[in-house]
Amino acid sequence: MRDFEYDAPTSLADALALLERHDGRARPLAGGTDLIDHVRTGRLAPDLIVDVKKIAELNRLELSKNGLRLGAAVPCFKIYGNPDICRLYAALADSCRIIGGIQIQSRASVGGNLCNSGPAADSTPALIALAATAVIAGPKGQREVPVESFCTGPSRNVLERGELLVELRFPARPANSGSHYRRFIPRNEMDIAVVGVGASVVLDSTGQKFVSARIALGAVATTPLFAEEASRLLAGMPVDDSSITRAAEAARSIAKPIDDMRGTIEFRLHVTKVLTERVLREAVARARAQK
Amino acid sequence: MATVDKPKKTSSQQSYKVIGTRPIRHDGVDKVTGRARYGADIYPSGVLHGAVLRSPHAHARIVSIDTSKARALPGVRAVVTGNDMPAVASRVADMGEGAVNIDHLSQNVLARGKVLYKGHAIAAVAADTVHVAQEALALIDVKYEVLRPVLTTQQAMADDAPILLESLRTESLGVETGKKPTNVAKHYHYIKGDVDKGFAEAAVVVEREFNTATVHQGYIEPHNATVFWSADGHITVWMSTQGSFTVRQQMADLLNLPVSSIKVVPMEIGGGFGGKISIYLPPPAALLSKRTGKPVKIVMDRAACFEATGPTPGSHIRVKIGADAKGRITAAEAWLAYEAGAFPGSPVNPGCMCVFACYDVPNGRVDGYDVVVNKPRTNAYRAPGSTNASFATETVVDEICEKLKIDPIEFRLKNASKEGTRRIDGPVYSRIGMYESALAIKNSDHYKSPLEGPNRGRGVASGFWFNAGLKSSVVASVNSDGRVSMIEGSTDIGGTRASIAMQLAETLGIAAEDVIPTVGDTDSIGYTDVTGGSRVTYATGWAAYEAGRDIQRQMVERAALIWDVEPQDVRYENGRIIGPGDRAFTFAQLAAKAAETGEPIIGRGSSDHNQPGGAFATHVVDVEVDPDTGKVEILRYTAAQDVGTAIHPAYVEGQMQGGTVQGIGWALNEEYFYDDNGVMRNASYLDYRIPTCLDVPMIDTIMVEVPNPGHPYGVRGVGEVPIVPPPAAIANAIYRAVGVRMRRLPMSPPRVLHEIFARK
Amino acid sequence: MAKKRVVTTTINGRTTEFLCEPRQTLLEVLRDVLDLTGTKEGCSNGNCGACTLLMNGRPVDSCLVLALEADGAEIETIEGVAPADGLHPIQQAFLEQAALQCGICTPGFIMSAKALLAENASPSEEEIRFYLAGNLCRCTGYDKIVRAVQQAAEMRQEARF
Repeated sequence: MRDFEYDAPTSLADALALLERHDGRARPLAGGTDLIDHVRTGRLAPDLIVDVKKIAELNRLELSKNGLRLGAAVPCFKIYGNPDICRLYAALADSCRIIGGIQIQSRASVGGNLCNSGPAADSTPALIALAATAVIAGPKGQREVPVESFCTGPSRNVLERGELLVELRFPARPANSGSHYRRFIPRNEMDIAVVGVGASVVLDSTGQKFVSARIALGAVATTPLFAEEASRLLAGMPVDDSSITRAAEAARSIAKPIDDMRGTIEFRLHVTKVLTERVLREAVARARAQK
Repeated sequence: MATVDKPKKTSSQQSYKVIGTRPIRHDGVDKVTGRARYGADIYPSGVLHGAVLRSPHAHARIVSIDTSKARALPGVRAVVTGNDMPAVASRVADMGEGAVNIDHLSQNVLARGKVLYKGHAIAAVAADTVHVAQEALALIDVKYEVLRPVLTTQQAMADDAPILLESLRTESLGVETGKKPTNVAKHYHYIKGDVDKGFAEAAVVVEREFNTATVHQGYIEPHNATVFWSADGHITVWMSTQGSFTVRQQMADLLNLPVSSIKVVPMEIGGGFGGKISIYLPPPAALLSKRTGKPVKIVMDRAACFEATGPTPGSHIRVKIGADAKGRITAAEAWLAYEAGAFPGSPVNPGCMCVFACYDVPNGRVDGYDVVVNKPRTNAYRAPGSTNASFATETVVDEICEKLKIDPIEFRLKNASKEGTRRIDGPVYSRIGMYESALAIKNSDHYKSPLEGPNRGRGVASGFWFNAGLKSSVVASVNSDGRVSMIEGSTDIGGTRASIAMQLAETLGIAAEDVIPTVGDTDSIGYTDVTGGSRVTYATGWAAYEAGRDIQRQMVERAALIWDVEPQDVRYENGRIIGPGDRAFTFAQLAAKAAETGEPIIGRGSSDHNQPGGAFATHVVDVEVDPDTGKVEILRYTAAQDVGTAIHPAYVEGQMQGGTVQGIGWALNEEYFYDDNGVMRNASYLDYRIPTCLDVPMIDTIMVEVPNPGHPYGVRGVGEVPIVPPPAAIANAIYRAVGVRMRRLPMSPPRVLHEIFARK
Repeated sequence: MAKKRVVTTTINGRTTEFLCEPRQTLLEVLRDVLDLTGTKEGCSNGNCGACTLLMNGRPVDSCLVLALEADGAEIETIEGVAPADGLHPIQQAFLEQAALQCGICTPGFIMSAKALLAENASPSEEEIRFYLAGNLCRCTGYDKIVRAVQQAAEMRQEARF
């Protein structure tokens, strides 16, 4: 492996100072499950690795009536290990349960998954569906970016030199809401999503009508996608096959997948629609079960 | 659920005391506590760490290599390239499971002139740490002239194909027939009966074309080697290998040294399946050790295991079978082209011999082609060549059954090869269990249970593997406490210490635990061929039996001496030495007296028997196909196999289950995925998808015991054949589930979905 | 080159100090520096689980942990599983069920199984298969491994550990 220095600051200010001093030659380390492999294979060549796991702000996991605050370094197992998160932010827990194997989930963080900015990242469609916002700290202070605007291309995102993702903020969940994330993989575990779909729905008090919805897609474009049109189509519509199919078709229409070792264009387009339907149905079932 | 089926019990079988029991394996505690030392677990003092530079191109001429910057890096001790390898003769050497041209093997170990696949080794570095060695690789400057890669047999056999090896000429029926450079190394041809007449007599003829992808053995332990070249000229190699003597021979051939100057110490081996017979790392490690005077250790990374060791070939196969109205095969014909990889030597010939081996085919013709392409040089993988061929045959058979409305098991019972059946390539079978394996499935709870539900289907398929005999050696010393220390030459890849020790224990009439087995190095035990060809329990077990007989004889003589009687009046029976009158010793009693009455009692056994008895298997599988995604779920699986005599039934089941799951992986998801430049895009366990435990159900086994008449305990090899039936069985089940015939492996979700769309 | 650093950690219950470069993984240090070679390298990118150990009670792939991150941590490796006078019931169950062939994946499976049974005393077959999906075995087809974990769970219920 390439040579590098290592530091593990205990304050956000120290971490930011280190990142600034190394001006693009430092990489933050949370779970390390992507970073260490990328350094080993030479895909990344940092001079300094900044272990951010000792910083309080990045380890935050707070659920209140205002919503959820999730520190960028919190590992997956802590997320799905929290029964309230599993109930209220089910799509997030769904994704955390299937990132890598158990060993990976002991270390990998949702923040790291987002910053790695892979098009097929499992947790990102869940974050988009749950309307999460990325809180970023940097030399010029803090800023917030909706997660759907965070990734700008494969392994590329809005983080500028010296900036660090601190936490993800999720709005409180309305009544009669449910969410789900599911992916298609050839095996039953340990694969990268060939297609991933996250969705959150809010139903009316009867559970028969969509109040609103957010649908997000993974692995079908250069970045995870917020399926805005598909989401909007559901608002005010009855919960039935035709509404769900229409939304799924709209979701499929924005997918721009590639042929690769994980799937063909033909396959990914079709499965985008199939999974969107399945995910919406499960989200609806969960919303109804909330009552 | 495991079942043992003994169609014809013999009296000797019933009297076994050790054979057929399930003792804890002798090396078990070391392996569950982390104490067992595998290839990468050795650290001789002063050891240097090596790394290998590999080609980024699939096909290129090497214009120049400049290692000066690498050699100047602090911490680097030596750098070697292909020019440091001695020149060797172009001659073919047998390696137990496949043969190889030594010059090709040498070029494969370190390239000279050309690189022939992405990952082809070019240079090796020894340094103080592995990190420094890797940094040095980046400083080696190689200039290439990139050539067009040839990636399939179709491309390679085309008239205008780029040529990989300028000196290669086609060899047909043992003689060189081609005049010009070619990518077709060999043409095999077998014929039996009158094929045209046979097809003319058929009521139904089905001919189909098949493609299978390159797949890897996927052993979890990467290749490794630690080599010390002593100042006295002796070389010691510590490594994990399927054959320590085969490594010794390859090292001698490649380095132009006598075999006796090389000692190979086999460490525990973390899986092989045919992929750890050919050597890759020991020669460069040896050259680096000679340069530095220190031991040099090299461990491959996972990507190199995929890209630069021998996977088993992709193939292109056509099969045509005709049957009469009653479902009797009248004729069969096959055309097989296998990708040899960068150098000749694919298992297409075993593929030719296996393609119709399950059936009594009166008229048949088989043509096989060994074709070089710009992929790693292929190697054996569990029943090498048979799985590809069987996928084709067993799918065509299923179509014939469908057309004739015959139950696929009935078809197999009707056409099964039996004792006396002559295979198309010539040999006549001795007592075999193809019929019995199909019958066992017919009578199984699985086959008798109905399968219900939409998008579900059941498929069956059979398979064959020859098994091998070859040479083995065992030495056993009787200890004064009544136990026996046994040294044998077969590296233990899956519990063979136990299956060999049990045969010695059975012979001596003592408990399995009273034999203490050790796998010896090449200076400690006689020549022993590779752990491959499903041969170890058969052949090394036979050597253990011989060693036991040798001990029996010596103990009889010793007792006669003690009792002052004639040896012919003493007999060895059930672990007791019995003389005239009521004179008797237990084994332990006589062992205790041995030291004070004469020379140590040491039994020796060696074997070179070649009646290993073919292995046959029939499998049944239930699948459910998601018609919207093409994903195939394995619901239930039962494997029946003629296992000869099951020495340690738990490990026989384990071979059947493990081989089956490898076959499931091959069927559904495993493949080398190449881009147009010949770069493998999925050289990791993330995207080369071997099954996880969540992908498979319990694998039920039916061990059908048809003892092999060619072995004192009826042993036949069991390890390889279980990988053969799964792809065809699953393809046939998919057809029953959703109505599509899959003729390309793997049957991955995009392919299955594509066929479902095409059908609509 | 980056300076070597001192790491203080607890390995199998004993305080252990070692020197390492920042780029050395925990797997590398255990094997190459501390002679704890029971933890195996299979892929070095977190896809096979052969290097699984417990870090602060959680199963992790030690190929994806920097050794420096182990500072202050509690590490348990396969070498720490068996009591001095015998075997841990999971180890015993693996032997009795013949749940290993080549054995290279066995230490990783045993560590994962230990973590599973600590979390879930009586897992279903599906839960076992899900939890162990990060550990690859190429020899056994998993049947006997799953049975061994089932047996170990039963032994645990019978308060044998």
